[in-house]
Amino acid sequence: MSQTVAAIEARALSFDYAGYPALENVTFRVEEGDFLAVIGPNGGGKSTLLKLLLGVLKPTAGTVLLYGRPPQKADVSVGYVPQETGHNVDFPVTVGEVVAMGLLRTRTRWRRYSKEDEKRSLSALARVGMAEFLDRRIGELSGGERQRVLIARALAGEPKILMLDEPTASIDFSGQHEIFELLAELNQTMTVVVVSHDMSMVMGYARHALYVNKTALMHEIDAHTRYQIKKQLSGENGHYCGAEFWRDLGRAITCTKACEDA
Amino acid sequence: MLEALSMPFFQNALLAGALIAVAIGIIGPLSVANRMTFMSGGIAHATYGGVGLAIFMGWPVLGGAAAAALLAALLIAWISYHNLHRTDTVIGMVWAVGMAVGVILTDLTQGYHPDLMSFLFGSILAVNGADLWMMAAFDLILTALIWYFYYDLLALGFDPVFAALQGVKTRWLHLLLLVLTALTVVLAMRLVGLIMVIALLTMPAFTAERYARTLAGMMGVSFGLTLVYLLSGLFLAYRFDLSAGASVIMATAFGTIVFYIWNVKKG
Repeated sequence: MSQTVAAIEARALSFDYAGYPALENVTFRVEEGDFLAVIGPNGGGKSTLLKLLLGVLKPTAGTVLLYGRPPQKADVSVGYVPQETGHNVDFPVTVGEVVAMGLLRTRTRWRRYSKEDEKRSLSALARVGMAEFLDRRIGELSGGERQRVLIARALAGEPKILMLDEPTASIDFSGQHEIFELLAELNQTMTVVVVSHDMSMVMGYARHALYVNKTALMHEIDAHTRYQIKKQLSGENGHYCGAEFWRDLGRAITCTKACEDA
Repeated sequence: MLEALSMPFFQNALLAGALIAVAIGIIGPLSVANRMTFMSGGIAHATYGGVGLAIFMGWPVLGGAAAAALLAALLIAWISYHNLHRTDTVIGMVWAVGMAVGVILTDLTQGYHPDLMSFLFGSILAVNGADLWMMAAFDLILTALIWYFYYDLLALGFDPVFAALQGVKTRWLHLLLLVLTALTVVLAMRLVGLIMVIALLTMPAFTAERYARTLAGMMGVSFGLTLVYLLSGLFLAYRFDLSAGASVIMATAFGTIVFYIWNVKKG
């Protein structure tokens, strides 16, 4: 192989839900160290794509490769962070126990965690700024704190690729901002893939955006655009209009006066 | 009242209550955490089909009940794995058809069967020494299995998709839980009855969830509550000559409501 191997590669990927095509002929490459935003309308296939990349679903046609190998066989560690929906806050489990679930594979022969595992859990928790929450019950945390714990759980396995599904869907604006700042920091040592229907935030951090609506279109977000978006985000209304971006994707969009001026 | 303690049949009933409380204390929280309550109800009721078949064929009732409970567990596991359309409706069918088969088969059986009601509603007279040994053995195996798979079960209950990505065999684990539920139902049948057992699997776990910080803690609290409810129910049944199952359920419901109100008042 003369070419460097991609962190993630999708080749002519298709997926049908009971005969109805959810994704058709999706091809793209994600280089190591990239920050990819997977965007698009609800029901457009973003979550399906993520499940294919994780290997939870098997494609109807085409292949997914993580560092050149299919997800089930890839020896690269992938950290998965699901959407924090609060559906299981009543479940009696502590923060430390949740984070340790990222190490289920590494247990001893009696299926117990080692001292080493406990250290790794704690350091993962420290990385998301939640170390003092170790012994708290998961239900006592706020939505944003729980999302951080789920990120720590993914980090415990020391992944090379971090995949997140709508990580800020149920978090207020300042909490969203903090989560993305954390992801930007993590991105210095790992590839990050974020599925989000909320354009405004993710576009301020991602280097590439994959627009998924049955088919997929890769779009590069250059540093200048990223800077502009971030600047707008720190403004009062904290919202990115994204007119140029949508124009590039071939969609007309009307922009408010304030947005045009910015 | 205390003279009851000197009677062998009542000693058996109390001992059985304590042994069953162990199994229910463990299975109840897992059933609630994994949203398997309706499935457990389906297994419990379908088990009566096996009771009816055993009576009709002249087989040992416990064997027939166990076979039916395991069959119902496998069927329900299969239904939920294949994500059939309207899974709940199909489980409801297993629930009702199993029951109907049992009733029809006992209708067709010649002679009078005074203890039939005890399979449905429980009896403090029904437990013998062999039952106790079986319950004790099951408690031991159950505890060992749950200890071994504890962190897998924790992950399954909290987030099954993530657990599967971490290599936990979630389908097998789910099936194991259904099978263990089926066996718990069969062992609890003589004392509390098939119809009432579902309430014991849910109510103590419901209260325990509010007081425990961990799954193991929830099992411990659940065991304690179940033990108190079972023993007080059995004393009520003895004192006022009532159905054991119904008395246990009334004690359970009373305790659950008291805890609930206390919780709401506390805020």
